Amino acid sequence: MTESAVGSGGELVLFCIIGPLMVVAALALLFARKPVHAAVGLIFVMIGMAFLYTALEAPFLGVAQVVVYTGAIMILFVFVLMLVGVDAADSVAETIRGQRWIAVALGAGLVAVLAGVVLTANLPPAVGLEEANAMTNPVGVAYEIFGSTVFALELVGVLLITAALGAITLTHKERLSAIRDQRATVRLRQRAYARGEGSQVLTPAPAPGVYALHNAADVPALDPEGNPIDISVPRVLRIRGQELAPADVDGHVASIASGTFVQPVASPPAPSPDTSDPAAGRTDEEGGER
Amino acid sequence: MSLMHYLVLSGILFTIGAVTVLVRRNAILAFMGVELMLNSCNLALVAFSRVHGTLTGQVMAFYVMVVAAAEVVVGLAIIVSIYRARRTVSVDEPSLLRN
Repeated sequence: MTESAVGSGGELVLFCIIGPLMVVAALALLFARKPVHAAVGLIFVMIGMAFLYTALEAPFLGVAQVVVYTGAIMILFVFVLMLVGVDAADSVAETIRGQRWIAVALGAGLVAVLAGVVLTANLPPAVGLEEANAMTNPVGVAYEIFGSTVFALELVGVLLITAALGAITLTHKERLSAIRDQRATVRLRQRAYARGEGSQVLTPAPAPGVYALHNAADVPALDPEGNPIDISVPRVLRIRGQELAPADVDGHVASIASGTFVQPVASPPAPSPDTSDPAAGRTDEEGGER
Repeated sequence: MSLMHYLVLSGILFTIGAVTVLVRRNAILAFMGVELMLNSCNLALVAFSRVHGTLTGQVMAFYVMVVAAAEVVVGLAIIVSIYRARRTVSVDEPSLLRN
């Protein structure tokens, strides 16, 4: 490969397509309201980065980028996002007055400095890695890592072990109080009920409505009057606003909720197992007696 | 042809990451900004490695990746333990040392 050919042609086209897309995806970090969207944007940036590494004659780093960043680090991020809770919305209130504008001004200053450096730098034409990658890129990188920087590699090994131990220590939960058994849970619930706090239900929360036409947890159960019971839907779904109103559900549920549902009298009731199968009915009775 | 455009992209991504760290209140998002900054540095290192025709830049980028992995593990562990103790991931609310 001649010197002038490095970084031109198809590679330039690839860069012109991937580069702007990466910038747009990175802007999701700044503007996305939900952290998960920002994480998806960052994953896109990292995969684009792997493409660019491969184009820059660094296929080993391209593969390592996909494996380490998108495969491990971003999964860890998303995992922690789920652990911390989807309702952990970003608060808009500023602790320091005008902090956002100060940050934008600092960012503009950083752009100015970096642009000044990059534009005034007199970069020589790229040499290219044809020669260094003579024994394929991974072998060349391995010679470098295990040859001249082997001590740094050992230090990095120590660092990784320390980090793993540190993470275990930090997330290890010391039991500071006694285990909350069933009796204590009941007592706490009764106390909250007496104070008028919490969901004001002494019994376990009702299960979400499970209907023949919409067998899912996002439909609230209905009380005898046909009104939806909010606490029957899991809290996460309520916070996300994914709870369905009974009116959204087809069939009898909607008509029960709207109050127009009348049990059809003319049509014979569907044969239940009790009437059609005497054996099943008998077992039911036995179960009831026990 | 020079590889200037890679450095320009690297600078843009670095700036976006830095502004993210300064602006976002959510600790996890601020942490993602740090990751973006590390990644953009890696891009510059790999581009320079090609400019000079040696693999040293790629090796440095490799070490940056490894250290970033260690850093993410510890940082997320800290975020999780703060969340357990204070029920928040905002970088503003844990102000126990104030006053």
